[in-house]
Amino acid sequence: MSPSGTNLKAGLQIENISVTLGGSEILKNVSFTVARGDVVGLIGPNGAGKSTAIRAALGLIQLDMGTISDGRTDVHSLPARTRAKLMSYVPQGAPVHWPLTAERTVALGRVPHLNPWQDLQTTDEIAIKDAMKRTDCWKFRNRLVTTLSGGERSRVLLARTLAVGANYILADEPTAALDPKHQLSVMDILRAEAEAGAGVLVVMHDLAYALRYCDKLVLLDGGKLLASGLPADVLTDENLRTAFGVDVARWTGSDGVQFFAPHRVVK
Amino acid sequence: MIKSFAQRPWALNGVLLVGLVVAGLMSGMFGQVNLTPSQFVGALFGNADDGLTIIVRELRLPRIIVGMLAGATLGYSGAALQGLLRNPLADPGVIGVSASAGLGAVIAIYMGLATVSAFAVPLMAMGGAFVATLILMSLAARDSSVLTLILAGIGISSLATAGVSLVMNFAPSPMSLQDMVLWMLGSLENRTFEDLWLAGPFILLGWAVMAGVGQGLNALTLGSETAQSLGINVKSVRWRVVLGTALSVGATVSVCGAVGFVGLVVPHFVRAFIGYEPRRLLLPSAISGALLMTLADILTRLPIGHGQLRLGVVMAVIGAPLFIYIIFKTRESMR
Repeated sequence: MSPSGTNLKAGLQIENISVTLGGSEILKNVSFTVARGDVVGLIGPNGAGKSTAIRAALGLIQLDMGTISDGRTDVHSLPARTRAKLMSYVPQGAPVHWPLTAERTVALGRVPHLNPWQDLQTTDEIAIKDAMKRTDCWKFRNRLVTTLSGGERSRVLLARTLAVGANYILADEPTAALDPKHQLSVMDILRAEAEAGAGVLVVMHDLAYALRYCDKLVLLDGGKLLASGLPADVLTDENLRTAFGVDVARWTGSDGVQFFAPHRVVK
Repeated sequence: MIKSFAQRPWALNGVLLVGLVVAGLMSGMFGQVNLTPSQFVGALFGNADDGLTIIVRELRLPRIIVGMLAGATLGYSGAALQGLLRNPLADPGVIGVSASAGLGAVIAIYMGLATVSAFAVPLMAMGGAFVATLILMSLAARDSSVLTLILAGIGISSLATAGVSLVMNFAPSPMSLQDMVLWMLGSLENRTFEDLWLAGPFILLGWAVMAGVGQGLNALTLGSETAQSLGINVKSVRWRVVLGTALSVGATVSVCGAVGFVGLVVPHFVRAFIGYEPRRLLLPSAISGALLMTLADILTRLPIGHGQLRLGVVMAVIGAPLFIYIIFKTRESMR
């Protein structure tokens, strides 16, 4: 699965990256690692630089400083198609500009595997079907994406990302605008991908999901790394107060699952 | 039938190619002298008397080839531009190349260059297309957004149209005004191999620049950033489509005048058979464009037109109602 010349064990290492957009510094000296097999949650208040961090990691925007590597190679020095096979992207509220069928939409995930003149090969067909089964959208493969509900559509777009077969999945708020059931199913799918060996970096707003689903959390505030590590160590009352300006209430569910919710704004 | 084409896009290409050969044969048969299929083929391969051979080889053959190249260019670049701009209403006209080529041609007629050399009008038309592309590139180069590209195209188009009106306004004689109007109406009449040798290389060069952008256009369905994350160099795709269109459409307009609607309507026709995937539209749009152009050119030679009907007019009369029908039909699926 892994493109040649990349390191499987080290994980995706984001080291000391700084990014300036439109004259203002959005990220300042941020470092963290996404190990394969882990779901890493990227959290922080609006404007903390979460989306910028993901887009910088993907090479969509220029870094002022720092490197993104898999422990051996600077991934930004890789040819675009090799990089595309290493990292796949779930953009926020992604558009689909043409009324393609669900299956042909998912097939777009195979673009990095095809040369300009190639049609889909058998391996591509298998990857597409597999990705659609994992996200439970194979049954409506012949429907047009424009006719799908928000939840169905998000699963198709997730399948599109999985169809790339990348080692790392970078998802920008994949649960935004979904109902609770679809939020849970999207997180379950990402969790399963991590268990199958992918490294998953996911921007989240719902801190309760972050606590439940992530192996590690990275908390950004004002473009700087405020904390990173195990969810329980990151989501302390003090960090939440500093970053979000809220107090939280905590409780334990009947099955021993830890919950918490923003309770009030810190005066 | 329609479903099976969606599963086998090559089958549609096959059907269209057969249609194109038949249309080409018909185009060779009809005219001031009507020929039978065997007379046409015979003359084509030199098994006929000199008169027929000259009619077929010197008059009809270049006309057929120029028409097919022009139609294929307009169809392909229309499909490519619609994919690039992610807008089903785009066509080679939107980036201002057609109008600017028109301006170049009209200026050549105004200055009386047409009487100096037969190449003056086509060369000036290509010059106009070239200047428009340079302006477009400098306007849209820094900002990489599609909106800037469209707005720049509209600006250039309006400017060129204004220029054409101005030149017509000061036309030196009624004769030259008539030449300008007729040229603007578009035609394949009296095209020779000289026209083909002049425009052909630029058309082929434009095709070469635009070839192989299909995967990029497909990826752009998901937006520019996602396309980039899929390993597509979006900037390169954009400039290849724009430059390829400028070269090939500029050369096309230079030999057959302003023929509209082909680039706009043809991709929609193809979508009815094989769906909206941009990459799959490219080749069938090129063949359909060539087919439509050849059929429309046959229509201009029918007795009902008294030999006066111009190709651009026929295309607009067919194209505009078809276009309105398409908007009605696709309104829902595009929502």
